[in-house]
Amino acid sequence: MGRAWKFGDNISTDLIAAGRYAYLRTNLPELTKHVLEDARDEFRAQVNPGDFVVGGTNFGMGSSREHAPVIIKMAGTSCVAAKSFARIFFRNCINIGLPAVRVDTDQIEDGDELELDLKAGVLRDKTRGVELPFPPMPQVMTDILEAGGLVPYLKKNKGFKLA
Amino acid sequence: MPLTLAEKLISMHAGHEVHAGELTVVKVDFAYVQDWTGPLTVDKIVELGAGLAKVPSHTAVFIDHASPSSFKEVSTGHTKLREYARDSGCMLSDIGGGVSHLVLGEQVTSPGMLMVGADSHTCQGGALGAFATGMGSTDIAVAMATGETWMLCPEAIRVEVTGKLKPGVYSKDIILYLIGLIGADGATYQSLEFFGDTIEGLSIPGRVTISSMAVEAGGKCGLFESDGHTLDWLRENKRESDFKDIKVDPGAKYVRVVKIDAGSLEPMVSFPHMVDNTRPISHPDCKDVPIQQAYLGSTTNGYFEDFEAAARILKGKHVAPGSRLVVTPGTKSVYRKMMAEGLMDIFLDAGGVINSPGCGACPGSHEGILGDGENCAASINRNFKGRMGNPKSFVYLASPALVAASAIEGKLADPRKYI
Repeated sequence: MGRAWKFGDNISTDLIAAGRYAYLRTNLPELTKHVLEDARDEFRAQVNPGDFVVGGTNFGMGSSREHAPVIIKMAGTSCVAAKSFARIFFRNCINIGLPAVRVDTDQIEDGDELELDLKAGVLRDKTRGVELPFPPMPQVMTDILEAGGLVPYLKKNKGFKLA
Repeated sequence: MPLTLAEKLISMHAGHEVHAGELTVVKVDFAYVQDWTGPLTVDKIVELGAGLAKVPSHTAVFIDHASPSSFKEVSTGHTKLREYARDSGCMLSDIGGGVSHLVLGEQVTSPGMLMVGADSHTCQGGALGAFATGMGSTDIAVAMATGETWMLCPEAIRVEVTGKLKPGVYSKDIILYLIGLIGADGATYQSLEFFGDTIEGLSIPGRVTISSMAVEAGGKCGLFESDGHTLDWLRENKRESDFKDIKVDPGAKYVRVVKIDAGSLEPMVSFPHMVDNTRPISHPDCKDVPIQQAYLGSTTNGYFEDFEAAARILKGKHVAPGSRLVVTPGTKSVYRKMMAEGLMDIFLDAGGVINSPGCGACPGSHEGILGDGENCAASINRNFKGRMGNPKSFVYLASPALVAASAIEGKLADPRKYI
């Protein structure tokens, strides 16, 4: 359970982890203090453990910087929900063990109480009493997410299991 | 079954025929990182317990984003990368060597290769007929340590560009026009594949401009067939034997076909803060837009012919009062050629400043960060809010020629009147 923090369409990785803070990339706790600063400044101070980042279309567009999902996760966020994701950002989320789900976020208002049920494939908006289904991911991505990320997944499986 | 370029190249590395929508494990021919993503990759390789990269000769570290370093913290990250390169024996391209994708284009990228890099513009490799795509630090750690990765074979969009580009219109204008047409997520998870007589007429640097920006439409890759231009480029770089004939199968299945009449294109500008927010230069919005900084460089327009196009316009002219010109050559060999061919004098005489080869101001950490409220006309690939280091500044994307014309006039300007 956590509250929804709504963001618009096309949230770039520059808005999530700005290039001007690139010098903090080897100091992730410090970089986390600037998460999403240029998109919604109050988020970084007010986010609570378990909260949800809720975007529109093409969330995470732009650079490959894995630091973007890493600091969203380190800020305490439990899940990123969006209508659609940029490819590299989506893959990075799964690789670091941060659930990223594609749902119709128009039905969520800022501040709503949300609950993620990965097994059932739904995001529940408790405030509005609606269940938002999301399409299943490829099995390999589900397995990586369940293992807690790509590194623990590979340590366990010693390779990729696609079937 | 006839294959798209993406299907063909992925199949070559999967060991069996792969079609769009199928997941597969592929052999990686080359994996690389840069200084903003690399330190995290090194951490992940250690975490994996894999020790050093499995195939060091096929992996590389590039110090190009902050080059030379502008912060002590970045310098410490550079040390980590240099130590990794020393211990693993992988290729190291240190400060001043140039932008990773451009250096690889000169030295490594070849038709038929499969490359992954911890940088979104890795897709640039498609210009030479390689399947190349960007991933995050952890994915690249795994590719370096194991020599393989998993991927979804993408659906493909066929982009057919026909007709003759008018003087003053360049491949940058083709890709900006395309992204304006299909949108910043118009090719998400898909392969953009380029054909037509206009494309066949483009040099490798011209193609590089297009393939590098496939990601700005959400694309996984931007692919071209290999041909005489590919062979010429490899010959120029003394590696003719790297040539391989890569051609699409007739009848390959595309999810969408986009046709562009090159002869009707005008010089294009992407307005802040989205790459797909494009206008032709004749649009009323382009009138009287003051330009404080004109910026030439980036992986998208960082080869010699990009600077040559700008220099032709700037020769004998000076930047407007109140404006400045910043030039960042893409690689060391481009820098040398610019010196040898007199381009440096043209830029210096025009009032320009020349950076060391690398990413320069494009990713926003040094060598040309904008002030509050300033506008920059830039031959780079992104104009997101904050991209060039200041969320209170504005970046207008265009060809090097349009950037040069804008430097002269101190406002967005049509390069055609200087040609």
